[in-house]
Amino acid sequence: MTLKQVVNNVAEMLASKKAVVDINKLSLTFQTADGPVYALSDVDLTIEEGDFVSFIGPSGCGKTTLLRVIADLEQATGGDISINGVTPHEAREKRAYGYVFQAPALLPWRSIERNVTLPLEIMEISKEERVKRAQEALKLVELNGFEKKFPWQLSGGMQQRASIARALSFDADLLLMDEPFGALDEIVRDHLNEQLLKLWARTNKTVAFVTHSIPEAVYLSTKIVVMSPRPGRIIDVIETNFPNDRTLDIRETPEFLEIAHRVREGLRAGHSNDE
Amino acid sequence: MMSGQTGPVCVVLIALLVLWYVGAVFMNAPTQIDRYDRADQTWTAGQLIEDTLAQDRPILPAPHQVAVEMYKTIFAIKITSKRSLVYHSWVTLSSTLLGFGIGTLLGVLLAVGIVHVMTLEKSLMPWVISSQTIPILAIAPMIIVVLGAIGIKGLVPKAVISTYLCFFPVTISMVKGLRSPQVIQLDLMRTYNASKWQTFWQLRLPSAMPYLFASLKVAIAISLVGAIVGELPTGAQAGLGARLLAGSYYGQTIQIWSALLTAAFVAAILVVIVGWCERRVLVRMGVKS
Repeated sequence: MTLKQVVNNVAEMLASKKAVVDINKLSLTFQTADGPVYALSDVDLTIEEGDFVSFIGPSGCGKTTLLRVIADLEQATGGDISINGVTPHEAREKRAYGYVFQAPALLPWRSIERNVTLPLEIMEISKEERVKRAQEALKLVELNGFEKKFPWQLSGGMQQRASIARALSFDADLLLMDEPFGALDEIVRDHLNEQLLKLWARTNKTVAFVTHSIPEAVYLSTKIVVMSPRPGRIIDVIETNFPNDRTLDIRETPEFLEIAHRVREGLRAGHSNDE
Repeated sequence: MMSGQTGPVCVVLIALLVLWYVGAVFMNAPTQIDRYDRADQTWTAGQLIEDTLAQDRPILPAPHQVAVEMYKTIFAIKITSKRSLVYHSWVTLSSTLLGFGIGTLLGVLLAVGIVHVMTLEKSLMPWVISSQTIPILAIAPMIIVVLGAIGIKGLVPKAVISTYLCFFPVTISMVKGLRSPQVIQLDLMRTYNASKWQTFWQLRLPSAMPYLFASLKVAIAISLVGAIVGELPTGAQAGLGARLLAGSYYGQTIQIWSALLTAAFVAAILVVIVGWCERRVLVRMGVKS
């Protein structure tokens, strides 16, 4: 190898991003009373550091299941998966990720501030540090001033923002979000999409995002994973190249529509198998 | 108690009082008429009503007779006297509260064990439930006699009976309450790698509070019943149950009824106190008021 080649290889190595989640031939089969359910079948995927990956597909395609396997809330029955180089179980023990559920899942007897500090209390972080981090997290989602309120006093969108603040409070590098805006109306959803994008650009976290909505997936992601059901598998992986400071107006540009079209085609292809 | 409840409650109370008076006249009438006949007296309806409501040992005392007796034995007498209902109430109340305290603690500990340890659930639950199928009136004398034989008398045997009765609702409610968190909340705790103790303290226990207080109201009332039942079988000297017993031995029905009503008031006050504690705790836990 010439010196030039060596320098090129080293430069490539330094420039290439770390694989945060590495999935190889992952399978998950549920044994139910009326036969096996192939929730995931031979899934291969790499999520790199700083990626915003969306999983999109019809109901039952395994996108939530895949996210839950990454979170060690389900165990795979075949293949392997590593997160930051360790098993999902070890990653969970190290609290390597923040998880945002479909519902806010805030504890109703705790104020918003104390909800955001819940993971910090479990990690036995000191009180002053907890309050400081909660303040920062709530500032990121624009909920300052609501610390002492209780969840029932907040709207659905605000509760979901508090849930996101909670997932951000302990500064994990990986953020797993399961249709976080699914239960909200379009206007709130647009606003939260913008906020989430700004947050991601600012904090440089790796995000795995499950959604039903094609515009949402195309708007937010650097990589879109199209899945289909029965058995749950990946149909297409689409890389996008939008600028990091994009606004919602980008949804009307031809590039956006082209990618959305490709996603739609992928979804249709997946569905047509079971017509 | 919500405002706007006093009106209907008063109406019901007045209706009950009227029914009571009418009932008293009718139930005491046969003995009264008997008395008239033996004294060869003629009588009018008005006289009958007046006399039935003023008998010495009526079958059903009139409300004012009971009220006078209660006033005499609660307010017009020294608290330390053996005839004071305050003294007797305190004797019963002390074993009620002791039994309630121990029973609640036992119920909570049992529930925590049942929820967290699989083998405890399978082995303890059947015994917990079947313990309540034995009639308390059968067990109470046995407990008192057995404990008396080893030198434990007075407050403790009655507290044991109260404990026996009140740990059951607390156990059952707490098991349900500790299991009430939603799957999504349990998943949330899993993503934080929370230990079982942390999940219990931060999630299960707060979720169980409404269930706990509901069962505490039942438990404290039944604890009082247990204390009174404990005073009945072996002829205790003090306590509301003892007053009930003494009244029935000597045919003093007014005494029986005043002890009865006092017990009812004490139970009501205890339940109100538990309800008040419940409201304070739930407000602190941010429940929508």
